[in-house]
Amino acid sequence: MTTKPFQKILIANRGEIACRVIASAQKMGIATVAVYSDADRNAEHVKMADEAVHIGPPPAAQSYLLADRIIAACKQTGAEAVHPGYGFLSERASFCEALEKEGITFIGPKPKAIEAMGDKITSKKIAADAGVSTVPGFMGLIEDADHAVKIAGEIGYPVMIKASAGGGGKGMRIAWNDAEAREGFDRSKSEAASSFGDDRIFIEKFVEEPRHIEIQVLADAHGTCLWLNERECSIQRRNQKVVEEAPSPFLDAETRKAMGEQSVALAKAVDYQSAGTVEFIVDKHRNFYFLEMNTRLQVEHPVTELITGIDLVEQMIRIAAGEKLALTQDDVTINGWAIESRLYAEDPYRNFLPSIGRLTRYRPPAEIRNVDGVTLRNDTGVTEGSEISMFYDPMIAKLCTHAPDRLPAIDAMAEALDRFELEGIGHNIPFLSALMGHPRWREGRLSTGFIAEEYPDGFAPTEPDEAALGEFAVAAALLSHIHSERNAWISGARFPQAERRAQEEKVVRLAGAERRVSIDDTDGSFAVHLDGASRGVVYTGWAPGDTLAEVELDDRSLVFKVRAIAGGFNLSHHGVDLDVRVYSPRVAALAALMPEKVAPDTSNLLLCPMPGLVVSIAVKEGDTVEAGQTLAVIEAMKMENVLKAEKRAVVSKIPVAAGDSLAVDEVIMEFGE
Amino acid sequence: MQDILDQLEERRAQARLGGGQRRIDAQHAKGKLTARERLDVLLDEGSFEEYDMYKAHRCVDFGMASQQYPGDGVITGWGTINGRPVYVFSQDFTVFGGSLSETHAEKICKIMDLAVQNGAPLIGLNDSGGARIQEGVASLGGYAEVFWRNVQASGVIPQISVIMGPCAGGAVYSPAMTDFIFMVRDTSYMFVTGPDVVKTVTNEVVTAEELGGASTHTKKSSVADGAFDNDIETLLEIRRLFDFLPLSSREEPPVLPTHDEQGRLEMSLDTLIPDNPNKPYDMKEVILKVADEGEFFEIQQDHARNILCGFIRLNGSTVGVVANQPMVLAGCLDIDSAKKAGRFVRFCDAFNIPILTLVDVPGFLPGTSQEYGGIIKHGAKLLFAYAEATVPKVTVITRKAYGGAYDVMASKHIRADVNYAWPTAQIAVMGAKGATEILYRSELGDPDKIAARTKEYEDRFANPFVAAQRGFIDEVIMPHSTRRRVLRAFEMLKTKKVEPPKKKHDNIPL
Repeated sequence: MTTKPFQKILIANRGEIACRVIASAQKMGIATVAVYSDADRNAEHVKMADEAVHIGPPPAAQSYLLADRIIAACKQTGAEAVHPGYGFLSERASFCEALEKEGITFIGPKPKAIEAMGDKITSKKIAADAGVSTVPGFMGLIEDADHAVKIAGEIGYPVMIKASAGGGGKGMRIAWNDAEAREGFDRSKSEAASSFGDDRIFIEKFVEEPRHIEIQVLADAHGTCLWLNERECSIQRRNQKVVEEAPSPFLDAETRKAMGEQSVALAKAVDYQSAGTVEFIVDKHRNFYFLEMNTRLQVEHPVTELITGIDLVEQMIRIAAGEKLALTQDDVTINGWAIESRLYAEDPYRNFLPSIGRLTRYRPPAEIRNVDGVTLRNDTGVTEGSEISMFYDPMIAKLCTHAPDRLPAIDAMAEALDRFELEGIGHNIPFLSALMGHPRWREGRLSTGFIAEEYPDGFAPTEPDEAALGEFAVAAALLSHIHSERNAWISGARFPQAERRAQEEKVVRLAGAERRVSIDDTDGSFAVHLDGASRGVVYTGWAPGDTLAEVELDDRSLVFKVRAIAGGFNLSHHGVDLDVRVYSPRVAALAALMPEKVAPDTSNLLLCPMPGLVVSIAVKEGDTVEAGQTLAVIEAMKMENVLKAEKRAVVSKIPVAAGDSLAVDEVIMEFGE
Repeated sequence: MQDILDQLEERRAQARLGGGQRRIDAQHAKGKLTARERLDVLLDEGSFEEYDMYKAHRCVDFGMASQQYPGDGVITGWGTINGRPVYVFSQDFTVFGGSLSETHAEKICKIMDLAVQNGAPLIGLNDSGGARIQEGVASLGGYAEVFWRNVQASGVIPQISVIMGPCAGGAVYSPAMTDFIFMVRDTSYMFVTGPDVVKTVTNEVVTAEELGGASTHTKKSSVADGAFDNDIETLLEIRRLFDFLPLSSREEPPVLPTHDEQGRLEMSLDTLIPDNPNKPYDMKEVILKVADEGEFFEIQQDHARNILCGFIRLNGSTVGVVANQPMVLAGCLDIDSAKKAGRFVRFCDAFNIPILTLVDVPGFLPGTSQEYGGIIKHGAKLLFAYAEATVPKVTVITRKAYGGAYDVMASKHIRADVNYAWPTAQIAVMGAKGATEILYRSELGDPDKIAARTKEYEDRFANPFVAAQRGFIDEVIMPHSTRRRVLRAFEMLKTKKVEPPKKKHDNIPL
């Protein structure tokens, strides 16, 4: 069927999702209109669309969030329908209504459904009425300890006793039996009173080892509503999803079906028409409870598309035009496994603080479709030279892999991340790469607390094991050999070196260890010994200047990111990032005499953790500060970041003042004893 | 016969021990390599040929007659770096603290003479307590013999000094007259008078590190062109620099085969220039994206950071780059940057290294400190250097080229060969705002009028086409094609021949 539901649509969004929607529209032969703010004048979505309309200055509140401007842009260009993407105006019932009034189609659900699901309390009520499992709890306040025990008994242990005004774990208690419920109530109440001045308490079911699993639904205007299986999004950091997958490694067919059918029931209850997502929290016993329904296309929709083969954007457009779904529930299957990694401009080495700036290098791995069973998809709205600005979401790309099963999909993701070159800003590839090798992730033992539990002290790069050190050593020795071989071809050399180098001994220093690598170079094939043991013939097509090196070792193909440093290379692979020095045995013996240089002590300095503006300085020179005391507030990416003292100290110098713009690592204040 | 041969080995072994194992251990304890070990790192393995291994001093005063070490505190000879010859001397701190005697100086002079005669660079590894006090004026004479040769060799062969320990008093003036000085962080220092004398004379209390450490000389004084973390890293980086340099002014710079495509396009350069002309961007990105393999050997990266100088390769051949850096002081020219770039341009010209100039310059830095400091004469150094340079010169204006600074930065008028501009270039006497305020002084009270005038001026001059109409710009090029265009220009210019007017030498404003 190649009917064209619309002649022209407008995409009221930016970045990767705007590009994603335009791609489907183009496939369907529909003309597209992009909108852009001043900051996005040269953005990819603007270049991709057939037409583009300027809608205001960079802040979203003055551009992408202005319904009037969007509607004016539709009229100006004759767009018949609007796809809102996610975020911005996508879940604003008033926007749909305004469009309807102008005779423009909203590519999404009807305003009533948006409104019904937009309110947390209403949506839970509707869900409960539709027979959807919700978190058992007592809607009212708890009067006293006896009441608490009674309610807890009704809900079923374990329960969570929470302060109404609570937050940050304060005034929260988990109870597993009556005694604990009684005690928990008392403790929570007094804690709440002292912490918040508000001692109101309520009780709900405590979900053990919670996992975030959501069901994709698709419904048309003709009464067909399908569930397109689940996505698991348990890998979250501060409630922000980082890695998603479909299907979930946790669900069995029975649970999946139950969740799917309840989701459909809910969608039908609000006369849902479009793609939507019903989010659940699932406990370790596979009990699932409704959280909320998102009445829009989700960021992580590609993983569903990859396992079902259904283009969700296309379906949304067709449904909006009033077409009947051409699918039945039986057409929906699970084919293989898909993983999505969200690449964010966040520096994992700086507690994931946002990083802004120019993408001086942006080279994603090539997209492939079913090559040796692997599909690689990269949804993005940037290109090399793009600016990651402070005005919008810091997501750079959504990298997805699909393979017949979960582990091959994870391995494909690990390799894709190794090939993904990103420079100019801090980004989370080191974290994602490390995650792909994390045993608990690989086993699928997830919970929404995964990141907090596995990285309690923040992210640290993966520690290489013996095998990895060997691989790094062989790779670095090989690159060094190729490099020095090439350099021997410099013009004007009177004493050719090449013959001597056909057989080279290298000493590789990395991560405090030393490895000996010998290379037998016969016309570009390298027979390699590592610490005296043969590693067989190793291949690489690397040439000096290449920033990626593919090294075939032990019948495996390893991809390293390569950066030249004095005396060697910085290599990164699978989340391990090492400065590797490659020396001749003689130079290595001498290098061993060099003292280890310790980095300068910065513990008596407060350094600016990100580029930003000094909003305020909370202390004066000469003040004594205590650990945890607020020192300064820095604004970056619209976020006010409060910098606190790590220990008791005396402020000896404050070289900056409110209003100053600071670079990363600029000194904000110095401390004495 | 065998006995005699064995004797030679014994003598060699003794000489190799320098000042003895105890002093070698002390040198290691300071985190320093010995003179011979350093040569092992600097030169291709097995390539070093030593001269004057047995040379000894002739001093008899102060009990020196009984203290003899073969070699007399300096190791001299030649070897190769990637197969290309280089003359070297390496001072041995384990022998009389590396102090310079008459004979020590004679050894250095011998290889300097050979280097000039045979046309190969000289690298000196300095680690010396200074003059051999016991020898008095004989030692001073030795220094001056070295100084004289440094000057004779200047512009004939590249001379590189590496400071790997103390270098004080008169000893500093030999490095000072060479082309490049590199230092090792924390283990080297250079000064004319040490902290003790400073204290006595001026009452200033200062440590040797503060007075003449690597940080001081790479950031403040600009005496040093670079510093590295330890002996190994320093010497390996000198090897890397060496591969950029010709053996002498009689030869062309070396060519290194590369896989990097000549026509590589860098689309991201099309978005480098910010919409707002007052916003900075990193000029280094242009250099790295234009260069073969993204390799840039930067000279004086911590000093006068408003201008970038260093070596890249294009199609395998060495090119010197001078570029305004908008990230620092908006990329303006000032005393320090003009001196830094002027000296670099003259080095390139002396050694047949073509010069690529990337321009984004809003003008000269105003102010009393600049005027009192003599910006007129110092700024003239860069102008002079560019104007006298006869090597191929290619210029790309990326954004601003305002006023006299436009003329200075390798403009057509001072004989750059190929002048390109990006479409974002603004070539004018000054920025639009400043210009309108002068041209329409009477309308200053009316902001609307002034805004209109500014717009008018911008439309007329904030582009490269006015200059292109006059032929001052040969072509306006797409930023993404910069590598291809520049590389081709230099290839075209490889046969450039210019005969400068005959003269004894010029009179650059020093």
